[in-house]
Amino acid sequence: MTLLNHKVCDIDAAIAEIPDGATIMVGGFGSPGTPFALLDALLASGQRNLTLIKNDANEPGIGIGKLIEAGRVKRLITSHLGLNRTAIDAMNAGEMEVIFHPQGLLAEKIRCAGVGHGGFLTDIGIGTEIAEGRHEINIEGCTWAIEPALQADVALIHAERADRYGNLIYRGTASNFNPLMAMAAERVIAQTYRIDEPGDLPIDTIHTPCAFVSHVVQVDRASSQQGVRPHAL
Amino acid sequence: MLSDQQRMLTRAAREVIDGQIVNLGIGLPTRLFHYLPDDMNVLVHSENGLLGCRPRQEGEAPDIDMIDSGGAYITTRPGASVFDSATSFAMIRRSRVDVTFMGAFEVDQEGNLANWKIPGKFSPGIGGAMELAQKVARLVVLCSHNDKHGNPKILTRCQLPLTASRCISRIITEKAVMDVTPEGLEVVEIAEGLSVDALREATDATLLIDESRLGRF
Repeated sequence: MTLLNHKVCDIDAAIAEIPDGATIMVGGFGSPGTPFALLDALLASGQRNLTLIKNDANEPGIGIGKLIEAGRVKRLITSHLGLNRTAIDAMNAGEMEVIFHPQGLLAEKIRCAGVGHGGFLTDIGIGTEIAEGRHEINIEGCTWAIEPALQADVALIHAERADRYGNLIYRGTASNFNPLMAMAAERVIAQTYRIDEPGDLPIDTIHTPCAFVSHVVQVDRASSQQGVRPHAL
Repeated sequence: MLSDQQRMLTRAAREVIDGQIVNLGIGLPTRLFHYLPDDMNVLVHSENGLLGCRPRQEGEAPDIDMIDSGGAYITTRPGASVFDSATSFAMIRRSRVDVTFMGAFEVDQEGNLANWKIPGKFSPGIGGAMELAQKVARLVVLCSHNDKHGNPKILTRCQLPLTASRCISRIITEKAVMDVTPEGLEVVEIAEGLSVDALREATDATLLIDESRLGRF
């Protein structure tokens, strides 16, 4: 893990260390919490054959939508693509493999990797199409499906605030998968609007302790504006 | 004169009890927001990690960090909290959400629900629907009685891949309010002006109807 006093780094330097073929977790549910600046840097950096793990595929032309449209995503592990028609087209054309999990199971698989467990037992989806190929076990008369943990080489995280050591604070519904993914990858790169000195963030408001975070990158607040889409009231 | 959907939403709002935690599915159920009185102690759960959302008022600027699970910019009411996705689904799987409203492609008289996939036509992924349908204490389906071709959506047995089995408590359509019982679908209310025969004609399931106790809506 990166030493505490060496975590703040340049966005391109942090992204350049990601190899081709990497498995990358991407925070966010829709636009909130999506690390748009890190994704744009990844697009510019050129890595290919990526496996992405994200709740959804953002929308056409933004976030991971850009990487999918550029043909850089070999596989997407997700829960729902409903807002991204071009991602659905790429899936249907066989250009990108898509693995779907029910949303809460996806979150829990990531959480499990983040806490150092190999998986968990669940009754969600037993008897439905989702259950095909899962191992089931019986414990005291109850049937459970085994869900393996899901880990990654890299996690790309968006936080509202951070400090130099990598302590993170999320805001509103931009939390979603970020704190789970921030614990579940070998290398964790967090983008944030503001990097404070250690001691500046009130200690009981920190959501992700710095121990899990490898790199902290400061980004412009405007980098998230690209994720704003008009929505009806 | 209320539209069919307005009538369904007005009727559905009466399902919510003061003090409950409620989840509203994408589509028609989301609009229930506007039918719940402001003075009710009701927290609306959104599976992206928010308990206590409310729609923005006219002219209220969007906060780009605040959406509901359908992607609409929303805001919060007093008593609200935000949390991560694992906590959000813990709330669902532990049945701490009292009631959820969902749309449907098909439902059947055993209480089975199909609302996530039409093989070969529509398969964007299941999102949070499976866990909501399987685990929330009370599932109320809010859907049209027939599809756009006029085919019944209320069936003896669902044909499409199931979201969850034996999960539905009540079905509200523009034609009827029906409860799932071991003997079949018990019609508790029928639309104003609709005959029992016309309802049976539009339905492909066993309907239990006691005309002496039948309400109108």
